Amino acid sequence: MNAAAAFFYIFSTVMIGSAFMVISARNPVHSVLFLILDFVNAAGIFLLLGAEFLAMIIVIVYVGAVAVLFLFVVMMLDVDFAELKQGFLQYLPIGALIGVAVLIELVLVVGAWNMAPASIGAAGAPIQPDVSNTLALGRLLYTKYVYFFQAAGLVLLTAMIGAIVLTLRHKPNVRRQVIADQNARDKSDVELRKVPSRAGV
Amino acid sequence: MTIGLNQYLIVAAMLFTIGIAGIILNRKNIIVILMSVELILLSVNINLVAFSSFLGDLTGQVFSLFILTVAAAEAAIGLAVLVTYFRNRGSIAVEDINMMKG
Repeated sequence: MNAAAAFFYIFSTVMIGSAFMVISARNPVHSVLFLILDFVNAAGIFLLLGAEFLAMIIVIVYVGAVAVLFLFVVMMLDVDFAELKQGFLQYLPIGALIGVAVLIELVLVVGAWNMAPASIGAAGAPIQPDVSNTLALGRLLYTKYVYFFQAAGLVLLTAMIGAIVLTLRHKPNVRRQVIADQNARDKSDVELRKVPSRAGV
Repeated sequence: MTIGLNQYLIVAAMLFTIGIAGIILNRKNIIVILMSVELILLSVNINLVAFSSFLGDLTGQVFSLFILTVAAAEAAIGLAVLVTYFRNRGSIAVEDINMMKG
């Protein structure tokens, strides 16, 4: 077994195991930490597939932003998580049944499926071996998919504004800066004094 | 022994299954449900990148990038809704979320 295959099995075993721990851990903080482990191993799998840029983006976006956001919310909310865990055993048979059924279906599909030979050469944007992954992705993203790229930016902007609007609240008794009032001030309201050196006002 | 496309697809299928099972098993805990949705999106990403790598087509990685964007936006909005709901009701149990029921 060569090194790439060994790393594939290490990454995928740890990834599946930690994904299992995400859904079965008793403490949600542990769930989030296992989610981080899962994302790091997925980044390793992406590296094995030659998608270096996406691997780094996974580490930055998922581990650095999404998982930390989850951790922040889990720790900020004062919730009795033991109570939320109660239905777990009750739902275990139906959950396991549906999971096994979905898995069998997917494995049957993958096992019985062969790639059409014509699809190999029909790449719309073929990977060139002499161009780095990031450069090739950028060339494609900023030319052919530029409208989708802008739409993705719009989605993120909407999400940002939505999250701010949902969570921002104005507490009473907090003095805030009102820029309109500052700009509307008359010059006569302000007194300018020339303060001599070492003399004070 | 070489790792082919089928191995990657089976790993992604297992991850997808775990995500589905997580949604069903943790019916009461919406935080774990959101994490399961992240797992499902990650498995889809693995599928796209595996196809992109084995077909020699970069388009799959571009789509994976867009899925990443949507996943980040979804997590941010979902958690913001969760925080607002917790502020109003003092609980995040899924079965309590029925105020809009007529």
